[in-house]
Amino acid sequence: MNDPIITARGLSKTFTAARRTVTAVTGLDLDVAEGELVAFLGPNGAGKSTSIRMLTTLLPATSGTARVAGHDVARDRAGVRGAIGYVGQGNSAGHNQRVRDELLSQGAFYGMTRRDSARRADELLESLNLAPLARRGVMTLSGGQKRRLDVALGLVHSPRVLFLDEPSTGLDPQSRAHLWQHILQLRRTAGTTVFLTTHYLEEADQFAERVMVMDHGRVIADDTASRLKSRLAGDTVTVGFAGPEQARAGEPVVARLAGREPDRVDAVTLRVTADKADVLVTDLVRALDEAGAPAARIALREPTLDDVFLSLTGRSLRDTGDAPAPDHEPSETR
Amino acid sequence: MTTASAAVRAVPAAAERPLLDTWNVFVREMRPTLRDPFSLIFNLLQPLVFLGLFGPLLIGSFKAPVGETLTWFVPGILVMTVLFGSGSTGANLLMEMQTGSHERTLVAPIARSALLVGRALKEIAPTIAQAVLIVAVTLPFGFRASPFGLLAGLVLLALFGVGLGSLSYALALASRAKDWMFWAVQQSLIFPLMILSGMLLPLDDAPAWMRAVASVNPISHIVSAERALLTADLLSATVLKGFTAAFLLAAIGLAVGIGAIRRH
Repeated sequence: MNDPIITARGLSKTFTAARRTVTAVTGLDLDVAEGELVAFLGPNGAGKSTSIRMLTTLLPATSGTARVAGHDVARDRAGVRGAIGYVGQGNSAGHNQRVRDELLSQGAFYGMTRRDSARRADELLESLNLAPLARRGVMTLSGGQKRRLDVALGLVHSPRVLFLDEPSTGLDPQSRAHLWQHILQLRRTAGTTVFLTTHYLEEADQFAERVMVMDHGRVIADDTASRLKSRLAGDTVTVGFAGPEQARAGEPVVARLAGREPDRVDAVTLRVTADKADVLVTDLVRALDEAGAPAARIALREPTLDDVFLSLTGRSLRDTGDAPAPDHEPSETR
Repeated sequence: MTTASAAVRAVPAAAERPLLDTWNVFVREMRPTLRDPFSLIFNLLQPLVFLGLFGPLLIGSFKAPVGETLTWFVPGILVMTVLFGSGSTGANLLMEMQTGSHERTLVAPIARSALLVGRALKEIAPTIAQAVLIVAVTLPFGFRASPFGLLAGLVLLALFGVGLGSLSYALALASRAKDWMFWAVQQSLIFPLMILSGMLLPLDDAPAWMRAVASVNPISHIVSAERALLTADLLSATVLKGFTAAFLLAAIGLAVGIGAIRRH
C-alpha cells in the first residue's frame, strides 16, 4: 500500500482562555489513504474543527505530529498549504469581489499562471453550475451558490487533499444534495482525497466511506458506517399491545427472546434492540401468541449512526447537535 | 477535468515568494476598485474637500503668500490621506474575518508579510492619484513642488502606509472577538497622532508638553520630511529622520502584524 496521505500521531490541542485550560483534542491518531472519503462526525465542540485546523496549518498543535501529502504540518507549512484545498465554515470569497475574479486570484495565490488560472476557473464555473454567475458580485449570491463557490475556490489548484469543515451546514436540503453531487463527482473524476467534518448523521452515513466518531476531543470509533452500525448498535424492535395487561404479560417474553430487558415506551408499547431482529420478530410473534399476549403491531428499524453515537456515549447526537457547544472557547481563541 | 488536473499538478508545490505574493494580494485587493472605478472618485474628492475648506482658513491666519502656505499645507494633507487610508486596512479585514475569506488567504501558500504589505499597498495606491490631483489643483494658486521631491515623498508615504497598515491589520486581528474595540482604539489614537504631528496646524506656538510629545511622534517626523522633500530639500537631516521613522514604523508594524497572524 502507498504511504497514507494524511497521518497524525498523538495530535493534541489545549486552549487557555480566561485562565481556564480547555482540551479541545486529545491524542489524535489517524491514517488516511489517498482517495479515501473520510468524515469526522460528532457534536459541536467535539474537536472536529480543531483537528482539521491543525491538519491544515491554521492552528499549531500543542503536542503530537502530523503529515499531510508528504509535508510536516509544523515544519513545512508552505508545503502543506500548497498541496491541500480547504473549505472552512465561513464563505471563502470576499463579499465585494466578483465570482470569477476570486477564482483568478486564488489561482495566482497557488502559483498558477494567468492562463492556467483562467482555464481552471472556467472549468470549475462550468462543473459547479456557476458559469452564469461569473461576473456577479459575491454578495448577490444565495447561500447554496456561495457554498459552491467555496468548493470551487478550494479546488482551483487541483489539490491532492480537500478538507471541508461543515460543508453543508445552513444549506436547504436541495442545495445540500446538489453540493454532495459535486463532491462525489470530483472524487470519481479526480480521485481527490476528501476529509470533512459534519454533524449531519445522514450525510456521514450516506456518503462517507469511513466515519470517525468524535466526542470530547477523542476519536471513539473509526470504521465504515455499516460496520459501525452492525457492531455498535443493533436493530430496534418496537412491539405494541392491545392493552396494558398484555404489555405486562409480554414483557418477560420479549426480554427472554431478545436477551435483554426492553424499554417501556408507554403503557402499551415495548422497545428493545437486537442483533438479528428480522429473525427475532418471527419468533416473537409466535411466543407472544403462546403466552396469551399477542402483539397488536411490530415495527422494525435498522440502526442509524445516531444509535452508534448513543451506544458509544450514552447521548444522542440529535440532542447535542444543535445545543450550544459545551466548550465554545476554542472557536473564539483560535 | 482529469487532464487539466494532471497538468496543474505537474507544477512544483508553490513555495512562498514574498514579492510575487505581495503583488498577488495587492491585485486581489485592487480588483473590486478597478471593476467599479466610481468608488475611487469619492476617495479622490476627500482630500480636496479638506484642502478647499481648511486651506482658506490657514491662508487667512498665516498672513503669508498663498503659495507659501500651500507648500506647507499640501504635504500635511498627503500624510493625512495615508493616515486615514492605511488605518482602514484593518477595517476591511474585519469584514473578511467575519466571513471565511481571510481564513482562505491564511491557508494559501502566501508569505505572511505579503498579506500585510499587499493589503496596505492597496490603501496607499489611491494616494498617488490623490497626490497628482492635489498638486494639479494647487498649482494655479502658487503651490510649487520639485518632481524628484514629490517622487521621493511618495516613497516615504508608501513606507509609512505599510507600517501603519500592518499595525491596523494586527489591531483587527486582536479585536476579532469584539469589533467595537478596533474602532475604539483606532479613533482614540488617530486624532491625537494627527494633531500632535503638526499636520494641519503648526506646533511652533504650542505649549512645551505638546512639542515634547510631537518630538517622539514618528508621524511628525514624517510630516516634516515630506515638507522638506516637496521643497526639494532632498538630502537634509529632516529627510533622514523622516525616513528613519518610517522604516522603524514599517519594521515594527510588520513584526507585530506577522506575530499577530501566527498567534490568531
